[in-house]
Amino acid sequence: MRRLQKGGRIDRSKPLNVSFEGDKLPAFQGDTLASAMLAAGVSLAGRSFKYHRPRGIYSAGVEEPGALVHLREDDRHEPNVRATTAEAFDGLTATAQNAWPSLTFDVGAVNNWFSPFLSAGFYYKTFVGPFKHSTKFWMMCETFIRRAAGMGRAKYLADPDSYEKRNAFCDVLVIGGGAAGLSAALAAGRAGAQVILVEQDFELGGAILSDPAESESDQWLTKVRTELENMDNVRILIRTTAFGAYDGDTYGLIERVCDHVKAPENHQVRQRYWLVHARRAVMATGAIERPLVFGSNDKPGVMLAGSARTYLNRFAVLAGQNVIVTTNNNSAYSVAADLARSGATVTVADLRAQVSACVQQIATDAGATVLVGHGVLEAKGGRKVAAAEVVPVDSSGRATGNGKTLKADLIAVSGGWAPAVHLWSQRFQKPVYKEEGACFVPLQDDGHTLRSAGISNAASDLEDVISQGFALGTQSAGETGADGDIGLCPEAFTTGPFWQQGMSPVWAVFNTNGSPQGKAFVDFQHDVKISDVDQAHLEGYISVEHLKRYTTTGMATDQGKLSNVNALARMAELRRQSIPEVGTTTFRPPFTPVSMGSIVGQEHGRHFRPTRLSPIHQWHQENGALMTEAGAWMRPWYYPQTGEGLQDAYVREAAHVREHVGMIDVSTLGKIAVQGPDAAEFLNRIYVNGWKTLAVGRLRYGAMLREDGFVMDDGATARLGENDYFMSTTTANAAKVLAFAEHLLQTAWKDLKVHVTTVTDQWAAIAVAGPKSRALLTEVTGTDLSRETVPNNHFTHAEIGGVGVRIHRMSYSGELAYEVYIPAGYGRHVWETLYTAGSPFELRPYGTEAMGALRIEKGHIAGPEIEGRTTLRDLGLEGFASSKKPFVGSILCKRPVLEEASRPILVGLEIEGATGAKAGSILFPNVGETKGHGDGWVSSTTYSPALGKNIALGLLKNGKFRAGETIRVVNFVGNETLRAKVVSPHFFDPEGERQNG
Amino acid sequence: MIRINCPVCGLRNETEFTYGADATVSRPAMDENEMKPWLDYVFNRTNPRGWHKEYWHHVQGCRQWLVLERNTLTHEIGACELAREVTE
Repeated sequence: MRRLQKGGRIDRSKPLNVSFEGDKLPAFQGDTLASAMLAAGVSLAGRSFKYHRPRGIYSAGVEEPGALVHLREDDRHEPNVRATTAEAFDGLTATAQNAWPSLTFDVGAVNNWFSPFLSAGFYYKTFVGPFKHSTKFWMMCETFIRRAAGMGRAKYLADPDSYEKRNAFCDVLVIGGGAAGLSAALAAGRAGAQVILVEQDFELGGAILSDPAESESDQWLTKVRTELENMDNVRILIRTTAFGAYDGDTYGLIERVCDHVKAPENHQVRQRYWLVHARRAVMATGAIERPLVFGSNDKPGVMLAGSARTYLNRFAVLAGQNVIVTTNNNSAYSVAADLARSGATVTVADLRAQVSACVQQIATDAGATVLVGHGVLEAKGGRKVAAAEVVPVDSSGRATGNGKTLKADLIAVSGGWAPAVHLWSQRFQKPVYKEEGACFVPLQDDGHTLRSAGISNAASDLEDVISQGFALGTQSAGETGADGDIGLCPEAFTTGPFWQQGMSPVWAVFNTNGSPQGKAFVDFQHDVKISDVDQAHLEGYISVEHLKRYTTTGMATDQGKLSNVNALARMAELRRQSIPEVGTTTFRPPFTPVSMGSIVGQEHGRHFRPTRLSPIHQWHQENGALMTEAGAWMRPWYYPQTGEGLQDAYVREAAHVREHVGMIDVSTLGKIAVQGPDAAEFLNRIYVNGWKTLAVGRLRYGAMLREDGFVMDDGATARLGENDYFMSTTTANAAKVLAFAEHLLQTAWKDLKVHVTTVTDQWAAIAVAGPKSRALLTEVTGTDLSRETVPNNHFTHAEIGGVGVRIHRMSYSGELAYEVYIPAGYGRHVWETLYTAGSPFELRPYGTEAMGALRIEKGHIAGPEIEGRTTLRDLGLEGFASSKKPFVGSILCKRPVLEEASRPILVGLEIEGATGAKAGSILFPNVGETKGHGDGWVSSTTYSPALGKNIALGLLKNGKFRAGETIRVVNFVGNETLRAKVVSPHFFDPEGERQNG
Repeated sequence: MIRINCPVCGLRNETEFTYGADATVSRPAMDENEMKPWLDYVFNRTNPRGWHKEYWHHVQGCRQWLVLERNTLTHEIGACELAREVTE
C-alpha cells in the first residue's frame, strides 16, 4: 500500500469504487485514475504502440504518453483516455488497450523482437520494395501490422450522451488557473473587464496543487480564488481545455461537464464546446517537464520528477520506496526532499558536473544522497523498474567509467521544462529559442492579442510569475477599456527550487563508446528510439518536419509534448548545429484530443441541418403519406392505400390524375418577388427568353443560364402588376437563384431599379391537375375559369373557403391543370376545402413520385436533367433563347465545345421488358463492347401508366438522328443490361391538346 | 474562424457569410459580344499571394454582397464595404 495515512488533497471520507482490468482500486474523491492505480501498486498500464513494450504511468497530466486506457463500458466505452487526467468517480471501470490476450501475457510483444525491421521509415521502405509485387506484399503486411500496432479500440455503438455548443464573448480570456493565470484574472477582474478563466484540471491552482497541502501556497490560493469567485464579471470554467486559438480572436474550449461522473444525469450534456470570442487572451499555460533519454527509459517505474511530487503532495501516494532522482536542473531537488521526508530512500543522480552546496543541501537535509556528475545509463528489471545502472558522466552525457547498480522501484527524471507555447504558436508562428533554460518561448509582441505570462513565458522565479500575470491581466483589461482600481499585486509565497533554475542542456546518457544502452526512447507513445533519429540522420534527413514524419516522433495522441525537444536536441547534435538552427515543428490544434461528440454537438441525425416543412405538412402526415427529402424540405412521396408499396401507389396516383383529378402540395417551389420599374429588363437579362411583351395577368415559362453558359434553372414567372412580377424557381435552386440575382443587382446591374425578395415561405401552393380540374375549381370558387377567360399561361384571382387566392393556369403534368397560390397560413385550410369539395370529382392527393412519372411522360426536364453539365441545346430548349437580346450566359453558351453536333442530347427511351432502367445507367450501341463512357446516360426513369411500359429520359450522342434505334442500357452497379428504343422525349400527348383544352 | 465587419450588421461570424467570387474582376457590359472578355471574367484568376479582394454574401444577415479585403497568406481580414458602393 503506497497511500499515505495523511496529507494530500483527496477526501478520505469519500471512498470511490474504481477498477482497472477488473481489479478493485482503493480510491477517494479527488483522485485521478492514475493516482488510484499507483496507490494500489499497479505499475503496468498498457502496451506500447509498435513493440508492445510494457507501459506505466509516466506523468501526472495531459502530456501522458503511456497510461492510455479504455474507460467505461458498452456504449460509453472510450479509447485512449489518459489515466492521469481521468478524474476518479464512483463506478469507474477501465481496461488496458493494445494487449491481447491479456495485459501481462501479450502475444503482440513479439514485435519487440522484430524491432530491427520496424525502425524509422519502415512504412516507406516496405512500400517501395525490395520485393517483387511489393504493393501487394505491403498490403498483406499492413493487415498484420495494423492489428498488432495500435492504440485503443472504439466500439461500434452509438454514443448515448448529448453534447452542446455555446458561443461566448469576453474582454479577457485567461487560459490556465495556476499562479500566473489567477493573478491575471484577478487584475482584469478588478479592473472591471468581462473575464473567462479556464483551467483544464478539476481544481484551480496549477503547480500550487503539487506543493504540500496546507503550506503557504495554499493560503495564497484560497485567498485569490475566493476573491475571483466573488466577482460577477469573472466566469471560472474548470475541467475546461482551451484546445485551439484561431483567426479572429476565436478560441475553442471543451468543457467536460459530466466526464467525472459515471453517466450524465438530469439531462446534462456530457461535454460542451465553447466558441469564445475574446478581445484579449492571456496564455498562462505553464510548462511540461522534459524526459531524459537512457536505456529502457520507457519501463514502468520511470516517471517525470515533478509528477512524482504531484502524486505525493496532491494525492498522498508515494510512487516508490527506493527512488533514483536523475536531473539536469535544480527543480528535482524539492522532489527528492519531499519523497525522502515521506519515507523513501532517495538518491539524486545529477548529470551536471557542479551543483551548489545549498541546492544539494535541500536534498541531503531531508535524508537523500546526492551523486553529482552522474546519470542513469539504463533502467533494469522485467515488466517494471527493479534497479538502475548509475554511471559517472561527462558534460555531454557520455559515461566516463564503470557504474554501479542501485536498487530502485522509481526513477524520477527531470530534463528541464518546456513552456506550453502551443496556443500561441497555433495563432501566430513558431516559437523562438531561448538559450537560458534551453527552451522555446513565444515572441513578445504588444501588437498580439494573445500573449503569455508566467512559466509559459519562461518567467525566472515565482515573484516574476505572479507579477507577469498581474501585469498582463492589467494591460489586457486596459486595452479593452476596463480601467477600474486594480489594487496591489498579490505577494509571492515561498516554494522550493524553481522550475528550471541552473539547467544544463544535456538530455541523454550514453555508454562509454557513445551509444545508448539498449533501447532508449525519444517518443514513448510512438515507440521512437534515439537510434531512429540517428538512422534518419544517416539517411540524409535534415528538415525537422521530415524527421518527424519519417520517424513518426511527435505524431501520437500526445503530439510530441514530451518527445519534441529531445528529438530536436539529438538532431542538432548529429548535425553539429544549435537547436534554433534545426528549428521546431509546427503546433496545430487541438492541444489535447477533442471528442467527435463535442465537435458534432446537436448537429446529427435529423438535426444535422434544419428541416423545412410545407404549411400543409401536418395534413400529409395525418393522411398516411410517406414523406421524402427534397433538399432541406420534406415532401409527400406517395399516399399508399392498404397493402400498397411505392410502385403500386405512384402508378395508381399518376393514372388517376390522367383520368380524373389530383392535387399535390407544391409549396416548396422557390418564389421570388421581382419588383420595380426595371423588373422586366432584369427578367430579360436573367432569362434566356424575352419578357418585355408579357402583359399583366399572364405568366411565362423561362429558363436561365449560369455565367458559363450551362443551364441553371427554370420556372414560370407571372406579371402581377405593372412593376410587380412573381418568379418561381425549382425547389432545389431557390437559394442559388436569389443569391445570384442579388449579386448581379448589387454589382454589375446597379443601374436597374429592381428589388428581389424571397417569398417562398409566404405562399403555400397546390397544383390541381386532371381533366376534371376546371370543373372542381369552378365549383369551389364560383369563378369563371373557362378556356376563353383563363387560357393556358394566364392567372386570375379567386376565393376558396373565404381565402383570397391566385390561380395560375399552367401544367407540369401535361393535363388541364392549375396552380393555386395561397397565403401560407391558410394553406392547410384551402387544401382541406378543396379536398372536401373534390369528393364528387374523385379528387385524390398525389405525391412527388407520381409527379415525376407524369413529367417524364411529357418529357419535361427537372433536376436530373438540369445538372450543371447540360446546355439549352442538350435539353432541346434552344428555341427558347432570344436572338434579339443579350442574357446571362448568351456569349459563353456559344463556345465551340458546347455547340459540337455530337454532344449528348435529350431523348426518350422505351425500355424493353418488364424491368425499368436505373437512373445513371450508361447507354451503348446495340453491338460492340460496353466499356468507358458510352454514348450517354439515363437521367430519369419511371413506369408510364399512360403508355403501359417502362420509359426513361436520357442524354444520347447524336440523339436527334437515332429515333427508332435499339440501344443497350447498362447498369454497371447492378450488373444489368437492358435494351431500349430511342424515341422522342415527348412520350404522351406531344401536341399538348390535353393541357390546352 | 474569421470575423467580418459587415457595414450593415457589424462584426459577425464567418458562419453567417458565404464566399462568392473574386472581386477584382469586373463583369463585362451586357452588350459585350466578344468571347474573350467573358472567358476572362468567368475563368481567369490571378490567385495573388497576400492582400486580395473578395465578394462575400451576408446570406444569413442583411443579404448584402460585400467586398472584403483578405490576406491569402495570413488569413487577416481588412476593410469590408458594401459591393454596391465600391464596384464600378
